[in-house]
Amino acid sequence: MPASSPAHADNAILVVDNITMRFDTSEGAVFAVDDVSFDVKPGEFLSVIGPSGCGKSTLFNVIGGLLGNYQGAVSVTGETISGPHKSIGMVFQEESTFPWRSVTDNVAFPLELIGMPKETRIERAKHFIGLVGLAGFENRYPGELSGGMRQRVSLARTLASEPKILLMDEPFAALDEQTRLLLGDKVLQIQQQLKQTTLLITHNITEAVQMSDRILVMTYRPGKVKRIVNIDLPRPRTSEIVSSEAFGRYVAQIWSDLREEASRGMRDEDAQALHHKGASA
Amino acid sequence: MTASARSQRSAARDYAPAVTGFGMLVAFLLLMELLVQTGLVNRFIVPPPSEIIASFGRVIVEEHVFSRFVLTLTECLTAGVMLTIFGVAGGVIMHRFQLLQQACETWVAAMASAPIVLMYPLFLVIFGRNSWTIIMMGFISALPPVILKTIEGISGTRRVLVNVGRSFNLTGQQQFWKILFPAALPNIFVGIRLGLIFALINIVGVEFLINYGGLGQLINDLAERYDLPGTYAAICFVILVSVLFFMTLEKIERWLRPID
Repeated sequence: MPASSPAHADNAILVVDNITMRFDTSEGAVFAVDDVSFDVKPGEFLSVIGPSGCGKSTLFNVIGGLLGNYQGAVSVTGETISGPHKSIGMVFQEESTFPWRSVTDNVAFPLELIGMPKETRIERAKHFIGLVGLAGFENRYPGELSGGMRQRVSLARTLASEPKILLMDEPFAALDEQTRLLLGDKVLQIQQQLKQTTLLITHNITEAVQMSDRILVMTYRPGKVKRIVNIDLPRPRTSEIVSSEAFGRYVAQIWSDLREEASRGMRDEDAQALHHKGASA
Repeated sequence: MTASARSQRSAARDYAPAVTGFGMLVAFLLLMELLVQTGLVNRFIVPPPSEIIASFGRVIVEEHVFSRFVLTLTECLTAGVMLTIFGVAGGVIMHRFQLLQQACETWVAAMASAPIVLMYPLFLVIFGRNSWTIIMMGFISALPPVILKTIEGISGTRRVLVNVGRSFNLTGQQQFWKILFPAALPNIFVGIRLGLIFALINIVGVEFLINYGGLGQLINDLAERYDLPGTYAAICFVILVSVLFFMTLEKIERWLRPID
């Protein structure tokens, strides 16, 4: 029996209502996420954080409309959605630029789909390329760029479609810590400039605290909402905030919530590994 | 370092592979010349390269090599266009219908290694003793690699790129033309290259076997007359057809997919 859904904010742009996602495996049903509800207000930056295996990516795919057959509902500005929606722009964890297109053509991709004339879309693409700090690289191809630059191209491509909600799944996971902090600055700057509603899926506490207004902490499998933490750090923020005392307190608070879940996940994985080893012996 | 010196060094780097390749060819010819002239290689099996080079003029003038060259080139081009259209389309259809792929992929793979050239009498009966028999033999034998590499290319498209397309709500056609096809192009070109190799071998082989037109027939004629320098000179023209094809294909690939 699902728990009754919490009251959602009246002006919420995104409402996730009692989402449960079950996968049937050879070892029985596995609940990736169980009865997850939350909402995101316009212009808000919300992060979803949890240990590996808590169903973060499942949640990302459900909200983005890439996964069906779930219980519950996802609605954008009051409209229940059942697949990919133009109001939601997705940035993926894996490198997702098109290697056969130049930076400009990558960013102009969503504009090409809506039939925008070539000159106009190139102008628009250049605007977003400048926004992510890649001016001067318009004619380069992804193969000529670093991993961080390629993720910025993906971000610019998604922003060019002018989504109401920017949905990102650990977009900086494959990058080194310094690049990650600097790109975090860039995302914050863009989010504040465009007043972009953003939902970030991450397992990085620093990244989440640096950028978010609220952080939703998830439990290990099945993924449930453990707690929602309000981050009352001043804005505009930059990566310099990571050295502040308040920042450290938030990181410690979230880690204390997460540690128990992460330990549970580790124990569970060890037990599974032993079970498989025993079965194959 | 000055700008002109830098550009000279860069030009030298650009031409280095071509110069090295040409140098190796010249060295090989000189070595063969030496081996034949000293009697280590029998000149009745391999004529000295100098004699082959000297026979070019005779082969060009007396054997109408250019009209034969054009005929073989046209046959290869026709088979190449056909195998690109039907091979890629076949691969796409087989990828689209999983049952068809599961049912036929092994057969197509088996066909790639079958000696289809031995079926030339059947093709002679169907198409008659004309260029179409040769073209169809080249086309059929070259089809499997194009089909198989097209399937491989489309299936190998990274999941995340497909998901990007889905997140932008692409239709099935848009998903194919804007993501799957360009992502599969490198593999498709590998298939076409392999296909063209198969097609050229079979086209020249069938020209040789049925003694009809083109460079294959010329090689047959010259070999039967025991004109070994002329035979090797004609083989050089076959190699030229191959070189022309691959250069053109590389240009098309660069145009379609400038960089990876």
